[in-house]
Amino acid sequence: MKQPQTSRRSFLALAALTPFAVAATSACGTSGPGTASGGGGASMWYLSGEPNQTTMQKAVDTFNSANPDNKISVTYFQNDAYKTKIKTAIGAGQAPTIIYGWGGGTLKTYAEANQVEDLTSWFEENKDLKEKFFPSSFGAATVDGKIYALPNQYVAPIVLFYNKELFEKAGAQPPKTWDDVMSLVKTFNDMGVAPFSLGGQSRWTSMMWLEYLLDRIGGHEVFNAIFEGKPDAWLDPAVIETGTKIQELVSAEGFIKGFSSIAADSNADQALLFTGKAAMMLHGSWTYGAMKKGGQNFVQSGKLGFVHFPTVAGGKGDPKNGVGNPAQYMSISSKATDQEKESAKKFFKDGILTETVIDTYIASGSVPIVNGIEDKLNTSEDKEFLNFVYDLAKNAPNFQQSWDQALSPTAAEALLNNIDQLFLKSITPQQFAENMNATLGK
Amino acid sequence: MSNTVSTSPRTAVSRGESQQTEKRKAALAWLTVPALFFFLVFAVVPLAGVFILSFANWDGIGSIGLAGMDNWFSVLADPGLYNALGLTFLIMIASWLVQTPISLLLGVFTAGSQRYRAALAVLYFLPLLLSSAAVAIAFKALLDPNFGLATGLGLPFLAQDWLGVPHLALGLVIFVIAWQFVPFHTLIYQGGVRQIPKSLYEAAEIDGAGTIKQFFHITLPQLKYTIITSSTLMVVGSLTYFDLIFVLTGGGPGNSTRILALDMYLRGFRANLMGPASVIAVILVVIGLALALLLQRLGGKDKQGSQLEGL
Repeated sequence: MKQPQTSRRSFLALAALTPFAVAATSACGTSGPGTASGGGGASMWYLSGEPNQTTMQKAVDTFNSANPDNKISVTYFQNDAYKTKIKTAIGAGQAPTIIYGWGGGTLKTYAEANQVEDLTSWFEENKDLKEKFFPSSFGAATVDGKIYALPNQYVAPIVLFYNKELFEKAGAQPPKTWDDVMSLVKTFNDMGVAPFSLGGQSRWTSMMWLEYLLDRIGGHEVFNAIFEGKPDAWLDPAVIETGTKIQELVSAEGFIKGFSSIAADSNADQALLFTGKAAMMLHGSWTYGAMKKGGQNFVQSGKLGFVHFPTVAGGKGDPKNGVGNPAQYMSISSKATDQEKESAKKFFKDGILTETVIDTYIASGSVPIVNGIEDKLNTSEDKEFLNFVYDLAKNAPNFQQSWDQALSPTAAEALLNNIDQLFLKSITPQQFAENMNATLGK
Repeated sequence: MSNTVSTSPRTAVSRGESQQTEKRKAALAWLTVPALFFFLVFAVVPLAGVFILSFANWDGIGSIGLAGMDNWFSVLADPGLYNALGLTFLIMIASWLVQTPISLLLGVFTAGSQRYRAALAVLYFLPLLLSSAAVAIAFKALLDPNFGLATGLGLPFLAQDWLGVPHLALGLVIFVIAWQFVPFHTLIYQGGVRQIPKSLYEAAEIDGAGTIKQFFHITLPQLKYTIITSSTLMVVGSLTYFDLIFVLTGGGPGNSTRILALDMYLRGFRANLMGPASVIAVILVVIGLALALLLQRLGGKDKQGSQLEGL
């Protein structure tokens, strides 16, 4: 009788202690990634996916071996997953030292919540660094006149790509106007080829169409008013016309059958273009590098063509205007220790856009946002595309940042949801405008 | 737990023994402490937090402000909520209608002792081992209209815009959920069928009842509580389907697969509206509790009542 009693008692003790043991071990976890690197180093979260992941890893490795006291440790995440994870981490006080992002509306929410460091004075002290970058790249890093992020990587305008081989077969020229677009839709549909590839399930892919169309139809002032939250800014007739044109294009089977089943994360939309199943694709310039790497010999054999987005008859917008990502951005978490912040700043200064990194970006088909790279671009094997992107970005009277990045997260989510429904034709352009109008100022 | 153990009739024991029972009862009550602790920390505290947040303004990053009833009014006035509610119940009912007969029949089938049935059972249970996210990614790739199964096998009728047309996407979601969860419920039914005493079937056979009659008059009534358990799991579980749909369709196309749990997540973590998301979380909890209670009631009150009376 005695033995089972003792064993029961010890079991009870164990049972009572277990929760505390668990609590104790989980408490260790709360130090989180912010301090995970230990010493004077800094942590950073970055996007997985090539070619950029390798480029960043090499840059970090080089920096780390030169600065053993300021080591940067990087963790990689998939694009769509990262966007949610970083927000949650910042809200929970678990942010890494270096916060990667796209500036604009999301950065604004961080800045307003005092989660990111004000880098204005630091840029004053490091004038050389500030003057190294395209001046236009600072727009999306600035909130209320203060700079909260370091622009880096490359400029990524949205470009109209096309398959030269298919165009030769059809005896057609790439579109210069919206009417060309609509007649090309018929040409290619008759040939049994989808006119446009689109990864519609990702929604921001469909958004790129609206960004350009609205700019061409109503000029960049329309979205500017929306961005500034002016009353009834979404009800502008140009918005309705944009929506109507998009639905006409959908009805004319302008996009590949099943486009809303295709997600951009799988790169299936690019594959449709380089396998000849679709003739054209509106996409970010970053897909050039990906298609060069993954598209068999499509890019190398000169079959990939690219033009600026066509004009719309009677439109007010400057045909040289561009949309896309003016740069990518890195901020410093205000919750990091002073030592971590110092390491991050050192990395910003010496580690990120070094000559080697600039060369790597150019070699992978991107235009880094640093001044004075014309010579480098001209000697690259991709000089045709690089110069096209460079000129587009440089000569654009207005370069609109992607809407989902420029707007607040609340408005951006509503926007993507409504764009999806607009492309499905489950709402009318008028309803689209009204739904979006309700999100102004949110 | 302590209840079922200490049911010995008190009148029959002497004073001393009764004191000992009291002591034992106290000791046994201590056993519930770890469970209570975890329940408190991981269920009650977050629940209270969510309830409080439903009256607050919070973007998940900045400071929390009071919103009063604003979140509740805005969510209850939002047609999106009713769309999500409708879809949730639609998927719940459709899932139950699809999964119950299949898993019941498979469960009865795999409960047999033949070798080949055991071999087949192993195959049926395979989907149970895969994570929802993996299942969703695999189905997404297989159903790609341009590079998926249809192209690979040369079957053009499979090249539908599965995830791009609202009703197809909804049907597909119900199918994939069934594909993933039927094995689990089959396992429950298999166990249930194996518990039924052989003597019942022997008696039925002597009385001349065929296999079908045996199924409806013995197997089905004997599985009453198994059916209730499995249905509760299905119904309450379908309220929280999230990962699979999130990866497969992301709630799209449009809002056609945006069920309540997904709606909550998208509002909270994509749109940074933690207040309204908490309102939906509270609604989810209320519906879940109500359904679980309702199903318990359906099962009859005397849970301890035996189905084997007279055997």
